[in-house]
Amino acid sequence: MNGREFFAGLRAGTSIAIGYFPIALTFGLLAKTTGLSLLEATAMSIFVFAGAAQYISLSLITAGVAPVLIVLNTFIVNIRHFLMTASLNEKMQTDDRWKKALYAFGITDETFSVLATQKGNKLSTAFAAGVIVIAYGSWVIFTAVGHLIGANLPQFLQASMTIALYAMFVGLLVPSMRGNRKVASLALIAGLLNSFFYFTEWLSTGWAIMVSTLVSAIFIEWISRKGVKAV
Amino acid sequence: MNSWYWWMILGMAVVTYIPRAIPLTFLEGRELPEAVQGVLRNIPYAVLGALIFPAIFFIQENIWFGVIGAIAAFGIASAGANVMIVVLGSIAVLAVYSLFI
Repeated sequence: MNGREFFAGLRAGTSIAIGYFPIALTFGLLAKTTGLSLLEATAMSIFVFAGAAQYISLSLITAGVAPVLIVLNTFIVNIRHFLMTASLNEKMQTDDRWKKALYAFGITDETFSVLATQKGNKLSTAFAAGVIVIAYGSWVIFTAVGHLIGANLPQFLQASMTIALYAMFVGLLVPSMRGNRKVASLALIAGLLNSFFYFTEWLSTGWAIMVSTLVSAIFIEWISRKGVKAV
Repeated sequence: MNSWYWWMILGMAVVTYIPRAIPLTFLEGRELPEAVQGVLRNIPYAVLGALIFPAIFFIQENIWFGVIGAIAAFGIASAGANVMIVVLGSIAVLAVYSLFI
C-alpha cells in the first residue's frame, strides 16, 4: 500500500466526510425514533453503507412493510451502481480481484464522483482506499453519534449543511466543464432528463438517475462518433 | 427489534454489494469494445448532472435554500476554487442567508 497515495485519497475524500456528517447524524436520530437500538442503527451503516436506501428502509420499517420487500427496494435503489462501477473500472489501475472486491464495497454516488473525476489516467488502489476510508468513517461514526446524542445540529446549520454534497458535485463538475462542450452537454442532458422524470414521476429516483445517465452518455458518444466519421 | 431485522440488514448488505462488486471484478483485465469504453468514460459527467439536477433545488422545504445554494456553488466553482472551498463556501452562504429569514 502506497502511503502517499492513501493520504492523497483521504484528502480528496474530506469533502465527502463533511457532506455525510449532517446526513448520517440525521439518519442516526431517525433510526432511534424508528425504534432501532444504537447497535442496530450503526450496524446498518456499517454493513449497507448506502444513504438513500437506508433512509427509505426506515420509512418502510415504520410503515410495517415486509423485510423482503425492503431488501428488494434496496436493490432497486442501488442498481445504478452497476453503471458507476463499470465506468470506474476503466479508470482504476489493474489489481488483484480480491482487492477490487474489497474496495467495491465503498463505492457510493459520492466516492464514485470523486474518484471518476480525478485527473490522470489510472487511479491507484491506495488512493481509492483513502477516499473510501474517510467517507465510510464519517458515515458510520456520525450515525452512531446521531443516535447517541439524539439531537440535531442547530437548525440554521443543519439546513445550511444539506447543500454540502450537492456543492461537492458542482465543485467536481465545473472544472471539467470549462472549455469542454462535451462534458457540459453530458451533464446538462442528464440533468434535464432526470428533472423530467422527477416532475412527471414516471420513474423512481434510483431508476431515473440511471436512465438519464445512460441515455445522455450513449447519445453524446453517438454524436461524437458521427462527428468523427463525417470528418 | 427481532431477528428479522438482522436478516434484513444481511439482505440489504448483499443486494447493495452486488452492483458495486460485479463490474469491478468481472471486467478486470477485459478489453471492452471502443464504443462501450466511450460510453463508460462519459458516465461520470452524466452522473454528476443527474445527481445535481433537480435535487439541488429541493434540499429544504423553502426552495430559496436550494436556489441560493446552487448559485453559490456554481459561482464559487466557476471562480476556480477547489472542491473543499466550494463546499464550505456554499454552506457559509446558506448559513448567513438562514440568519436573515
